[in-house]
Amino acid sequence: MIGLGALYGLIGTMFAAFALGHVLARSWRSAAFWGCFAVTMLGGSYLSDTANGLLVIAMAVLATMGLKPKPAPTADAKMREASAKRLGNALFLPALAIPAITLAGTFLLPHSGFVDPKQVTLVALALAAIVALALAMPMVRAGPGTTVNEGRRLVDSIGWAAVLPQLLAALGGVFAAAGMGKVVSEIAATAIPMTLPVVAVVTYTIGMAVFTGIMGNAFAAFPVMTAGIGLPLIVGKFGGDPVIMSAVGMLSGFCGTLTTPMAANFNIVPAAILDLKDPNGVIKVQIPTAVLLLIANTVLMALFVYHR
Amino acid sequence: MWVLSGIGVVVLGFALRLNPLFVVVAAALVAGLAAGMHLDAVVAMLGHDFVANRFIAVAWLVLPVIGLLERGGIRERARTLIARVHAATAGRVMILYLALRQITATLGLTALGGHVQMVRPLIAPMAEAAAEKEAPLDDATREKVRAYAASADNVGVFFGEDVFVAIGSILLIKGFLEQNGIVVTPLQLSVWAIPTALMAFAIHATRLWLFDRRLHARDKS
Repeated sequence: MIGLGALYGLIGTMFAAFALGHVLARSWRSAAFWGCFAVTMLGGSYLSDTANGLLVIAMAVLATMGLKPKPAPTADAKMREASAKRLGNALFLPALAIPAITLAGTFLLPHSGFVDPKQVTLVALALAAIVALALAMPMVRAGPGTTVNEGRRLVDSIGWAAVLPQLLAALGGVFAAAGMGKVVSEIAATAIPMTLPVVAVVTYTIGMAVFTGIMGNAFAAFPVMTAGIGLPLIVGKFGGDPVIMSAVGMLSGFCGTLTTPMAANFNIVPAAILDLKDPNGVIKVQIPTAVLLLIANTVLMALFVYHR
Repeated sequence: MWVLSGIGVVVLGFALRLNPLFVVVAAALVAGLAAGMHLDAVVAMLGHDFVANRFIAVAWLVLPVIGLLERGGIRERARTLIARVHAATAGRVMILYLALRQITATLGLTALGGHVQMVRPLIAPMAEAAAEKEAPLDDATREKVRAYAASADNVGVFFGEDVFVAIGSILLIKGFLEQNGIVVTPLQLSVWAIPTALMAFAIHATRLWLFDRRLHARDKS
């Protein structure tokens, strides 16, 4: 059965190769950083929790010092133009093979018996990446060394941001264990007088967006705000519909996701991937949409949640 | 109450523009210690949760192939292609991508887009090239075009996926309500995600269209 273990082995090996590339280029901090990440991928299940925690802290220290990678060798603009002319639209084939194979795998793999049914999408995505690579390597006439270098070039342009989403998920776990949710919902419930049904709706939708902004994840905010405000007030006290409340409440949380650096993989990582100078560049263009949509969601819930 | 100091560390750290990895580790340590945990227990919890969330890193497996295709000139080719399509503007390219991303997400196909595999090699270069057809882009405007391309991906997937019945957030809502004695079907929940999905598309597509007009006005001046 191919499951998460095999995928982690693959990812770990890839990052170990990037680290080796940095060793050969003599950029030691980058080598150590990606090396630590490779160890958590390859050995995370076998190491103690404390050892994994220390590796995470080591990565944070290295990132704070600055990774300073030496640039990986690549093709210059002239070579890329010439290659684009030679290959034409065939270049899109491997890129479009990624979604096509992911899609096909999602439907076909569950019944194959080779793949852990719970992880089908992730396995399909990994398979798609491998097939696309097999198509692309002969096409651009690249060997394994060039392939590792090109991957390293991209991961260097993303930098420490590549690790941030995983670390933020871990922070969410620590916050939850520390009892953060209970404290926040108590404050929200005591600070605002909930005498009118519409006030409960406004507090709930804005609370979902703000708390999602703090946690970086609507999934973490939903149980807290719904147990603190949604169920006792909107449903319990004022007799609202739990389906409309939950569905629109979750989507109000997603508005918060658009506005926060804590949702790193949607906001900070893309800014790095697209070589933006401003790490908050993506957030800035999303804020107006988020605010308008939050208002629209609040109106939607206020209009329909109390009419069954 | 002291556990809130963890949030304080996050807000302060981001405001002071310290390295986010450092800020997050510091926030976890502060929140854990404030809640009365021992230092080694907090470090162990951080390590455990980091390793438990490794599945997030699967997306990085596409890096080598995207790197190779860039070496092969995929961004240059995407530009050439869009430059030949007369009707293509930056706004139209991104509105089309927003629609495709949202429609596929409503079918549960959230893995079909993404910033590494679609936005960087294809959508952003196409939008840039379409904008450049009329006049050269200065650096600030180029950044805006790229940022809007990323936003189209985010808005599309966020407000499409909840229309699909078997997505994580719908199952989370169902499970949470069930724990509290309220039984609902996923279909009821996803039906109520449709109005927001339509409003999200209307709002963001309008903003992309307005951005397109601003790009066009820039060419005249």
